[in-house]
Amino acid sequence: MNLHLEKTNGCSVLFIKEERIDAHNAGELKETILRLIEQGEINIIIQLEHVRFIDSSGLGALLSGHKNAEAKSGRLAIANLQQQVLSMFELTRLNRIFDIYADLNEAFET
Amino acid sequence: MCSSVIQVEVIIPTQTKYLDLIGSIGEHIAKELDGYSGDREALAYHLNLVLTEATVNAIKHAKFHDPKDTVRITIYIRENELNIKVYDHGQGFDLESVPLPDFDHPKEGGMGIFFIRTLMDSVTYTRQGDCNVLEIIKYLS
Repeated sequence: MNLHLEKTNGCSVLFIKEERIDAHNAGELKETILRLIEQGEINIIIQLEHVRFIDSSGLGALLSGHKNAEAKSGRLAIANLQQQVLSMFELTRLNRIFDIYADLNEAFET
Repeated sequence: MCSSVIQVEVIIPTQTKYLDLIGSIGEHIAKELDGYSGDREALAYHLNLVLTEATVNAIKHAKFHDPKDTVRITIYIRENELNIKVYDHGQGFDLESVPLPDFDHPKEGGMGIFFIRTLMDSVTYTRQGDCNVLEIIKYLS
């Protein structure tokens, strides 16, 4: 999976450089996020600008990260969602669980 | 009303690397449908998602440790009915016992069947000979 990690404003920003998160690569995403949290990086923003498709496994990987960050008093937020990807968060009501930002600037301001 | 007939049959190994291929077929069909007046982009995403979830489901229920096992997917569109069938050779499961997700306490799994039920018009899972068939219908009018 093509991922890029940057540390900005005290947060770990994980850029997903894939068009698709599905059952084929969601496990790798989940492990990457869990490893970050285990290393003490508990404030994470997942940047989804390039992602135009996410399935239930992808949502599950992000939810796993959210729960694990929260358990360590951190937070996992998501940013730059394409409309159809956002609609999957709305359909599953996960938009009530995640902090969702239009872009990274908005995420850092909060 | 969609007047043309489209029929597609794909057989893949039980490997998740083929999900993109299967989902893309659904997406392309939605974009090429004649006479569809609804939100084509949304339909494209929904068919991609439903085919992906149904194929993952079949791979999960495939014969364990059998590298020669396959998943067969058929897509058939006639008039305003889009019919998807996904065949697996596993033990099967009880579709009716799959619960709705708990939206207040969401879990990592269990959203795939929810997506299929929510976005499509009819879903059944039956035994046919040596296969299980997940049949999904979407009315396009």
